[in-house]
Amino acid sequence: MSEMIIDGRKVPINGEKNILEVVRKAGIDLPTFCYHSELSVYGACRMCLIEVDGGNIMASCSTPPRDGMVIRTNTERLRRIRKMALELLLANHDRDCTTCEKSGNCKLQSLAERFGINQVRFGHREKTSPKDTSSPSIVRDPNKCILCGDCVRMCGEIQGIGVLDFAYRGSDVVVAPAFNKKLKDVNCVNCGQCVAICPTGALTIKSEISKVWDALNDPEFLVVVQVAPAVRVAVGERFGMKPGELLMGQMVSALRRLGFDKVFDTSFSADLTVVEEATEFLNRVESGESLPQFTSCCPAWVKYVEQFHPELIPNLSTCRSPQQMFGSLVKKFYEEKLGISRDKIFMVSIMPCTAKKFEAQRPEFAPDGIRDVDAVLTTEEISRMIKEAGIVFEELDVESLDMPFGFATGAGVIFGVTGGVSEAVLRTAYLRLTGDHSQPQFDEVRGMDGVKEASLSISGKEIRLAVVHSLSATKELLKQIADGTVKYDLVEVMACPGGCIGGGGQPGPSDSKKRVMRAKGLYSADKMHQLHTSDENPLIQRIYKEFLDEPSGERSHELLHTSYGSRKRISGQDIEIINNRGASKLEVSVCVGTNCYLKGSYDLLKVLSDKAETEGLKDKIELKATFCMERCGKGPTVKVGERVFTGMTLDKADELFNHIKNSLK
Amino acid sequence: MALTKEVMVIEGGRSFEKVNKILEKYSKAQDALIPILQEVQAEYRYLPEEILTYIATTMDIPPATVFGVATFYAQFSMEPKGKYVIKVCDGTACHVRRSNSILKKIEEVLELKGDEKTTRDHLFTLETVSCLGACGLAPVMMINDQVYGKLTPDKVGEIIKELMEKEAAKI
Repeated sequence: MSEMIIDGRKVPINGEKNILEVVRKAGIDLPTFCYHSELSVYGACRMCLIEVDGGNIMASCSTPPRDGMVIRTNTERLRRIRKMALELLLANHDRDCTTCEKSGNCKLQSLAERFGINQVRFGHREKTSPKDTSSPSIVRDPNKCILCGDCVRMCGEIQGIGVLDFAYRGSDVVVAPAFNKKLKDVNCVNCGQCVAICPTGALTIKSEISKVWDALNDPEFLVVVQVAPAVRVAVGERFGMKPGELLMGQMVSALRRLGFDKVFDTSFSADLTVVEEATEFLNRVESGESLPQFTSCCPAWVKYVEQFHPELIPNLSTCRSPQQMFGSLVKKFYEEKLGISRDKIFMVSIMPCTAKKFEAQRPEFAPDGIRDVDAVLTTEEISRMIKEAGIVFEELDVESLDMPFGFATGAGVIFGVTGGVSEAVLRTAYLRLTGDHSQPQFDEVRGMDGVKEASLSISGKEIRLAVVHSLSATKELLKQIADGTVKYDLVEVMACPGGCIGGGGQPGPSDSKKRVMRAKGLYSADKMHQLHTSDENPLIQRIYKEFLDEPSGERSHELLHTSYGSRKRISGQDIEIINNRGASKLEVSVCVGTNCYLKGSYDLLKVLSDKAETEGLKDKIELKATFCMERCGKGPTVKVGERVFTGMTLDKADELFNHIKNSLK
Repeated sequence: MALTKEVMVIEGGRSFEKVNKILEKYSKAQDALIPILQEVQAEYRYLPEEILTYIATTMDIPPATVFGVATFYAQFSMEPKGKYVIKVCDGTACHVRRSNSILKKIEEVLELKGDEKTTRDHLFTLETVSCLGACGLAPVMMINDQVYGKLTPDKVGEIIKELMEKEAAKI
């Protein structure tokens, strides 16, 4: 067996890809900013340097281990270089630590402390850049960026989007969205994985804490809170407890102390989602329409579809996510049953997720301008509120949830982990089809593999199901579905690695070990529940009987379902093809966004341009190529004056040109 | 006539067609991004944001990455450049022969303030380069393809004024 000598001790090499992994295995916590086992090796931060026998200094993250290698990790020279690198980073950094969102959890702060940096010998950067607070989920502060590139690789490699990248060069380098645009104006799906991996305060969660304090202090409001499944196995991490420890009872107690009037469980509406979604799915299987059905619980995934795959919108389940079902159901229920008007109820949800903040403010979830969910707090934010209130979380007694929206089955609880939604639906389908109450476990959809598959026989028909997490894996799967290499009837997508337990609002930094422990926590919570199939939840049954009528019925559709639309990826100007600065001109815009482009909109644009020239109309129209009019499903889209024409394929060019001529008359 | 933005957009249709030809020529291969940007810039004389978005969309590359490439290389510009691009050398040889005074003089004559690089009439763009490889003639500058050596602030002033007069006579 090969081995190496680290600081005078023999350490075996068992297939580790780089020296850093071997060093860490030997119990030495070599510091890093830019190394994450799940991302590609970047080698930029120079923290993990080691000295090889003979005096060479190397970055251990990007050097493979060799048999017989003799290295040292803690020489005077190494300490000096590390300190220098830290000082240089700090010189460029906005060091207003006390008012920083990340204070206490910042890697730069903790390494500076660990290496005893008590002065920075270099000047301070004077140039400051504005903070970007445009996104409902994420705040970007470029003054705190150390250019480790973790967010760039997370968004590009794991999420397959690439919202952020390095721009400019030398001392001007920044990590920024395309064209320095604001996050809300680009293709960000708000998953928050960049926040979870950022070692400093450069990317943070957009806090809604003060909004919630205000509501709690306002006697006018009945403040209702729902707690998502994945929160209960992660909230302890900021209080020194292990990931995966189930703390729902303590959470209820803490929330009551904070002043919430009613404490409920999002797992209840997860059960409701299962009932609705399983019904929808079985209907689709029967009719054979819009298959595969994609789950719609994950708001980052939903936005991803709206932006990148509008052709799949009919395949998305129309079910609202559990968060939104909860909001609309509870507000309606309280209004009708207890006579509390919806503007007097303040609904807070506690989520592992930053994209939920975006989802809650979607206009379709604010009937009459009053939101179904008024504020979304992440696990990180609620941990801070608990600390702020001086509640000693570790010593709290267990309390139970309020009724009727506090009772869930294990199926609703496992919603927080990849494969959980599928397993919950499988359990329900199994029960409905066989009448068997033995509640089997579906191991094939559990675990952290990128794509998992399962199949089930429904009335002699083979139903195939896929479970995928992280959007890069999803992107690959969608390609295979499109080219017919694989065929499924139901696909569960969660945008974050591991599902909601690995959400962008969970205590960072994000890593795979934590995710496995949190998943284990949820599966053991499932075991502790008396019931494991959503259909069996007696309170769900009662809600249908007394309030909702039947699954997929009219009332359910009004309160629990939604619709989607295509969404522009990036804001920006049009490309001017023929421009006239004359007085009267007819504006003609042809969409050249991906969907329309693939349907031949560029050729159409060319024909229109040529025709305008030959028919001498060049000085009467203003022709533009534009990006996305959010009607991707019906493209190519052309706007003539105020009128929008869809389905304008090349063969309709003459017809379209006649419209243009008529409009000119 | 001066190259103004207005001129460029009137010619927009032809240029946009060219962009598509360039994209086809390289079969939209992602590793051909740099030559594609070079040719597109040759067409537009700069890289307009909306054209970069279009290139990113058709090539299936994140717009942020295209933006990163376009801003990394000094040869690319996202601002419209002037008809005359002046490159003042600030390599070691030129620097010790006071290239800075040449630069200051040009800024003064062109009335460029702060970070401005291009004159408002889009006639001139002023840049510095690290070495033009003509150190024997230091201080040196290039205006488009023409090299000017052994410069003094007075000489530079005259060269620029001559060009300005030549352009004024055309109107």
